[in-house]
Amino acid sequence: MKTLLVACLASALLAPALARADDFTLTIKDHKFTPSELKVAAGKRHTITVVNNDATPEEFESHALKIEKVVVGNGKGVVRIGPLKAGKYPFVGEYHEDTAKGVIVAE
Amino acid sequence: MLGALIIVFREVLEAGLIVGIVLAATQGVAGRGRGRWIAIGIGGGLAGAAIVAAFAGAISEAFQGSGQELFNACVLAIAVVMLMWHNAWMARHGREIAAEMRSIGVAVSEGARPLTALAVVVGLAVLREGSEVVLFLYGIVASGTSMGSVFLGGVLGIACGAAFSALTYYGLLAIPQRYIFAVTSWLIALLAAGMAAQAVQFLNNGGLLTAFDNTMWDTSWLLSEGSILGRLMHTLIGYTERPTGMQLIVYVCTLVAMYLLMRIARAPERPRAATV
Repeated sequence: MKTLLVACLASALLAPALARADDFTLTIKDHKFTPSELKVAAGKRHTITVVNNDATPEEFESHALKIEKVVVGNGKGVVRIGPLKAGKYPFVGEYHEDTAKGVIVAE
Repeated sequence: MLGALIIVFREVLEAGLIVGIVLAATQGVAGRGRGRWIAIGIGGGLAGAAIVAAFAGAISEAFQGSGQELFNACVLAIAVVMLMWHNAWMARHGREIAAEMRSIGVAVSEGARPLTALAVVVGLAVLREGSEVVLFLYGIVASGTSMGSVFLGGVLGIACGAAFSALTYYGLLAIPQRYIFAVTSWLIALLAAGMAAQAVQFLNNGGLLTAFDNTMWDTSWLLSEGSILGRLMHTLIGYTERPTGMQLIVYVCTLVAMYLLMRIARAPERPRAATV
């Protein structure tokens, strides 16, 4: 229930960010990413701000996107992706791979 | 516990592989002091890892949020230069050392210079991977949940990584002495090329170098970089499942530069026929 609430709140907060074509935000809470699926335009560069609301550090990692980035507890980090071909690009929080996972869908 | 073991082992694996290769590459160089230099490298790397982990937030925020990428790229670039220096030095002196080892069966103690270079490489490898291990273990301590068993997993992960390092070292030592310099020189050249390709990708991620960043191919179906074998190949030869054009260019250029450097270093050759 709490997770659902957080998800709703996060998506409401994210709406303005999504309106801008190139900037996205991923939020980590309880070792989970919100949103867990991010749609981006293929063939363009994008900036994703990873906000870590947990007290523990996390490493945003994706072999598909060739990114490894440490985001400290209660901190944030910027990752740059693209240009991507259409397809699915999974990512994980390496320190909590069981729960912290998501996918970027380029289309 | 197993989860922590695997995470830590994966990080230590990369540094362990590099330490193993470096130890084998310096086999026969300066018998005394070699262990000390490697120990200094590991010790310095661990201290550096703790410092980097402590300032991870500050590093990340530096240079408009590209600090971490820039830092990683610099660390890798320094390692590449040190590996080139080592190979050039070995190209010049390796044959004498090998000849002497064959004739008197002991290591010569000529020159500590490649040892300092390789101590730096070891230190930087431990620093890079170690800081991630420190952050991971810190996270466990901070969250306080089932700390004991997870911490034990972490320690076992480090032990497994160290064991793997020893395995690499003794595996390489099994190579006949005649070939060991050639083999380790090639390994170090590939190691350096992979690191250079990784460094430009960090610059790309930091938004500092975006030329030729289109993906050339995708071999993730064949070998995933997330698998243990994929990670080993990533460290060993710079395997990347989706390399960019720039990564390929830099990879090839590093190999060519290394080859030319070794040729040049070898150039002022004394008549060899007499010494063999």
